[in-house]
Amino acid sequence: MSLRNIGIVYRKELTDSLRDRRTLVSMIVIPLLVFPVMMLGFSYLAVKLVGQAKKEVPQIMVLGGEDSPKVMARLRNLDTIEIVPPAPDYVDQISNKKIRAAVEIPKGFDAALERNEKTTIKIYMYEGEIKSSFAADRVEKFFSELREKTARDRLEARKLPVSLLKPFDIEQKNVAPPEKVGGSMFGGLIGYMVILLCMTGAMYPAIDLTAGEKERGTMETILCSPVQRTHLVLGKFLMVLTASLASAMLSVISMGVSFLGVSKLGSLESGGRSPFQMSINPKAVLAVFGMVLPMAVLFAAALMTIALFAKSYKEAQSYLTPMTFLVVIPAVASLLPGVELNAKLALVPVLNTSLVSKEILTGTYHWNYIALIFLSSCAYAAAAMFIAVKMFQREDVLFRA
Amino acid sequence: MIETQQLTKVFQDKKRGEIRAVNGVSFRCQPGQIYGLLGANGAGKTTTLRMLATILEPTDGTARVAGYDVVEESQKVRANVGFLSTATALYGRLTAQEMVEYFGRLHGLDEVTLGRRVVEIFQRLEMNEFRDRRCDKLSTGMKQKVSIARTLVHDPPVMIFDEPTLGLDVMTARTIVGFIRECRQNGKTVIFSTHVMSEAEKLCDTIGIIHNGRILAEGTLAELRQRYGEQDLEEIFVRVVTN
Repeated sequence: MSLRNIGIVYRKELTDSLRDRRTLVSMIVIPLLVFPVMMLGFSYLAVKLVGQAKKEVPQIMVLGGEDSPKVMARLRNLDTIEIVPPAPDYVDQISNKKIRAAVEIPKGFDAALERNEKTTIKIYMYEGEIKSSFAADRVEKFFSELREKTARDRLEARKLPVSLLKPFDIEQKNVAPPEKVGGSMFGGLIGYMVILLCMTGAMYPAIDLTAGEKERGTMETILCSPVQRTHLVLGKFLMVLTASLASAMLSVISMGVSFLGVSKLGSLESGGRSPFQMSINPKAVLAVFGMVLPMAVLFAAALMTIALFAKSYKEAQSYLTPMTFLVVIPAVASLLPGVELNAKLALVPVLNTSLVSKEILTGTYHWNYIALIFLSSCAYAAAAMFIAVKMFQREDVLFRA
Repeated sequence: MIETQQLTKVFQDKKRGEIRAVNGVSFRCQPGQIYGLLGANGAGKTTTLRMLATILEPTDGTARVAGYDVVEESQKVRANVGFLSTATALYGRLTAQEMVEYFGRLHGLDEVTLGRRVVEIFQRLEMNEFRDRRCDKLSTGMKQKVSIARTLVHDPPVMIFDEPTLGLDVMTARTIVGFIRECRQNGKTVIFSTHVMSEAEKLCDTIGIIHNGRILAEGTLAELRQRYGEQDLEEIFVRVVTN
């Protein structure tokens, strides 16, 4: 094994790749920009939209209520909604966003309240439409308050304590440390993104260094040099691995910065206290990188092997694009609630690393699973490396006509 | 020195089955001589030369290049060969100097020797003007010079040229032809393939006419003229391959 030759090939591939705009974009620019653009952009947009929706005084149609002047007067007094006259096509008007919601007051509502009879208020709204939801919330809040007030009045009239209404209070309190909270909120996402970017970061150089060389006619040039094919493939592989890890690392840095930005934005909007519990242990992130390393080796070797089959850059792209799904599906599966790490899943590539990353980021270290996952990932990576080296020795692959 | 014996290469094709691209080729090429493989497209020239450069492994037969076996000592063969063809392109994102240095290092040259060789070659081929320019920004002629410099950097005793003038303009082709002659003058063993009769006439000490993977005729130009009673090499070639 000549480390000198591997180093020469690696240095050349690194120089070559760093001068290639497409590699720079996939290795550096995308991982650095994708999170700020995605998170800050979407968060900013969401905060703006919610703010706008909250500021709007929604138009609410009141159906019925002609015989209940008291409740109607209270509704009209509300400055948070605007009452519009009733119309039979209220369903269409809500669906077409002409009005935000409608409230149906049953016949004899005021009288029923006085007679202590039970009655039902119906609110019609457009589910999933944010402005309609806010409008319906306001109407519901109004009637909830009215209900509480009515109940209190009835208790007071019978000289009964108000506590009858609420025999006890319920309080939810978080006892998990902020790291665990942050880990379970974002741990899955971090693992998923690191894995995905390991793959996408490796994809372009893997194609460029194999099918790209064939297409440009430099494969034959390098094959007639005395460098052994094993050294050649190892030098190239190291470059693909570098790109893979660099994009994963840059994406984590940019993700951290984006989270901080989103926290700041959230705390500004909510008046000082951030709605995000953003505390991820940097040591846990390093441990995740340790777990991702053999998988990055697997990606680099597998992508190179597949791309080497192709005669051209375009052909290689068409082979590798479906690979993205093979990585995305198990990575997404790990984000699903209820998918927990077990001995069987610890042997499934990608899914195992994704699941263990989630656990590590919540501060849970199952050492037996960690060892099993690391070793199985190393075994898969070694197999992929072996195949990659073998492929570089096959004439029918290198000179596919 | 290049010596082949019954060199054979068989490819497996899914549609066409077994393809015998080179079929029992034997020839010998001495130092200070140019051996020309003359053949039409698909005759087996490139496959033969690729086997000599150890890019492909023979299915059968043997070949020794610079005293080394192409299968058993392939790395030593490559260390003693300069291989140039239109398929051996340059790394477009490297500069001319980086390209030559990269191959020098792969040939095991130390930094001092490499530095000296690069200075010598760049001066001799008048490449200093574009040494720091990226290869993808060079003209065809400049690119050919870089390719020549790449094959010469380790000063190999054997030179293999696979249709080196294919698709080149007259001036660039002349540079290549001149370089091949220079290699002979310097005592190198030179083998080159072509389908251009005039090139073979001008350059070759020995001509081997290859067709369907076999060498059908071999000799100096004078010997071939005498054997086939024709002066024109093209006529000789047609007679050989149609018989």
